Amino acid sequence: MLLSIDHVTTYRYDSPARGVVQSHRLTPSRFEGQRVLGWEVTVSGGVEGGSFRDGAGDWVQGWSVKGPVEEIEVRVKGQIETSDTAGILKGHREMVAPEAYLRDTPATEADEALRLLAESARHDEPLSFAHALAFAVAGAIAYKPGVTDAHTTAAEALAAGEGVCQDHAHALIACARDVGFPARYVSGYLFADADGAPHEAAHAWAELYVPGYGWIGFDPANRCCPDERYVRLGSGLDAREAAPIRGTARGAGAEHLEVAVSVQPRDSVKSTASPSVASQSQAQ
Amino acid sequence: MSGYFNEMYDGKSVRSPYARLSDWMASMPADRRLEKQAEAEALFRRIGITFAVYGEGGDPDRLIPFDMFPRVFTGSEWAKLERGIKQRARALNAFLVDVYGRAEIVRAGRIPANLVFQNEAYERAVCGFVPPKGVYSHIVGVDIVRTGPTDFHVLEDNCRTPSGVSYMLESREMMMRMFPELFRENRIEPVDRYPEVLRRTLASVAPAKCDREPTVVILTPGHFNSAYYEHSFLADLMGVELVEGADLFVEGGFVWMRTTEGPKRVDVIYRRIDDAFIDPLCFRPDSMLGVPGLMDVYRSGGVTICSAPGAGVADDKAIYTYVPEMVRFYLGEEPIIPNVQTWKCAEADDLGHVLANLKDLVVKEVHGSGGYGMLVGPKSTKAQIEEFRELIKADPSNYIAQPTLALSTTPTFVEEGIAPRHVDLRPYCLVGERVELVPGGLTRVALREGSLVVNSSQGGGVKDTWVLAE
Repeated sequence: MLLSIDHVTTYRYDSPARGVVQSHRLTPSRFEGQRVLGWEVTVSGGVEGGSFRDGAGDWVQGWSVKGPVEEIEVRVKGQIETSDTAGILKGHREMVAPEAYLRDTPATEADEALRLLAESARHDEPLSFAHALAFAVAGAIAYKPGVTDAHTTAAEALAAGEGVCQDHAHALIACARDVGFPARYVSGYLFADADGAPHEAAHAWAELYVPGYGWIGFDPANRCCPDERYVRLGSGLDAREAAPIRGTARGAGAEHLEVAVSVQPRDSVKSTASPSVASQSQAQ
Repeated sequence: MSGYFNEMYDGKSVRSPYARLSDWMASMPADRRLEKQAEAEALFRRIGITFAVYGEGGDPDRLIPFDMFPRVFTGSEWAKLERGIKQRARALNAFLVDVYGRAEIVRAGRIPANLVFQNEAYERAVCGFVPPKGVYSHIVGVDIVRTGPTDFHVLEDNCRTPSGVSYMLESREMMMRMFPELFRENRIEPVDRYPEVLRRTLASVAPAKCDREPTVVILTPGHFNSAYYEHSFLADLMGVELVEGADLFVEGGFVWMRTTEGPKRVDVIYRRIDDAFIDPLCFRPDSMLGVPGLMDVYRSGGVTICSAPGAGVADDKAIYTYVPEMVRFYLGEEPIIPNVQTWKCAEADDLGHVLANLKDLVVKEVHGSGGYGMLVGPKSTKAQIEEFRELIKADPSNYIAQPTLALSTTPTFVEEGIAPRHVDLRPYCLVGERVELVPGGLTRVALREGSLVVNSSQGGGVKDTWVLAE
């Protein structure tokens, strides 16, 4: 599938920032399921910093913006060819041992309810077990935006019974690690087609390390494994670690963030694929 | 004190390295001793060398007690220690490069994967990265105890930012000032080149992108840190800037220092801040002490951080038991200084042994330091032992146990005169392009009679450590 991505993140500061530093994971992973045709990340007023491929295989690019600055726009424009690998992360080069993804973070710590949920999905065969875990999480947390926020933990989301893709991914990771699967959070894009679920184009899912297969993606929010509609960017132990943009603004007042993502089939003029716009503001 | 090796004596006769000190000791009248002790204390107060004691209440800037009676090694004793310490520093660094690379030692089944990869100090952020010259730990503090004339053991390794070297330098300075005659009568190897060797070591690991004389800085959490004195002391002696996080910023793939003449590029950062706090973008987002974006510059080769982030996985107490294995695996040698026998409570057999012998053992927390959270069986009450038994049972993998070591003693000035007190030794091995060891170190002494805990936080003091020239 040929996909065009247009992803704009705008930061506005109530009082001008004296300087902004960011670290980006905004470049698609290299594996058999995706081939980049063209990709460009720009930061208004930004100076490019160091860049490297990290041990997890992610391309990391540093940026800085000199102050005073009231608004910064981070824009990703790219074209990519994707194919369905049945969720398997084939041909992805990485150095990190899977066991390093057995460690918990506060967001992915399993409580009693998550442990019970994981046990309820138990199968002898690891791949079936992994699928069952994803379905169990999908069944236990209904998709509903606005109930949870960026700081909601897996345990809290399960208790609420509602959440968004981040909560699904955290809950699946917590369950998976609890029963011994190395698991990680993946951030990326999703082309939600005309009859698709109403999920945001900026998407997240989980990967589980399944013996005999390696890393496999599971998207409880859409009850499937990532296919050609998905674009994988980066990974981490949880949402914070896998965030496509991490940054700090020095001396800024409250920060207001606006994100607009459009994922469309290339050369398509389908009007159904309208950009999904999320807006939030946060005090700093 | 019978059953303990007193480093000054061999039976009734005085061992050769202490021969002149024996005369010195005998010829010092009590009033002169008290006068000198008061002088030493006044000097230490004036220069402001203090060590904060956490969690004990009282004065956080308490002076660490200084004992004037030196601890002495012969040249040949030291030569063996030096070989053993350097060997250990090489093996630890080889281990670090390996576990952030292909982890051959784990693949070979010589160390369990979970101890490495699920270790809290294992940093995925540096996987696949080899720091300049393949060095992760540039200052390795190896804590050594002596139990007999030729018996030395490594008690623990400190691969992150071992502190205390300022005491090594100040103790020597103090002794030379107060007792110059001792330095004429004995041929004592100097330690005062340590700052210069440290500076050279740090400069030798400048990143490949540095094409000129490297700029080295010391990064401190600030004046409220217990070791701040040491940070400023070393910066002074090395002739480098002492900076806090806010003095540095990243731009264009490099780290810059704000100066009155404008930004100056920094090539090597000797940081005295824990991994978790050095970069809020990579580690703890609430850290105000670090430099945002520092890790991106580091990983892309624009700056060197000493010790390298992730070095802590090598000095964990659970990993410690495998260091002799590292020496064999990476260097193909036998360890010159052995470990202390250690039981891992995480293993069922070991746990059984530990619980059955608590009254004879020393039990430590795997991640503990500073002498906190430990049980010294023979020195503890029944109630304390039972309390520890419950702690261990609740979380076995958090504990290791060792035999109660017969730590050597050296003569020490106490109220009643001179008496033997237990000591250990922390030398500071420097690893850069070369591996170097200044002949000396920090001798810590347990000032309380019979105490085996030398930590300054537990009533320990320091002594000047002499290595005699052969």
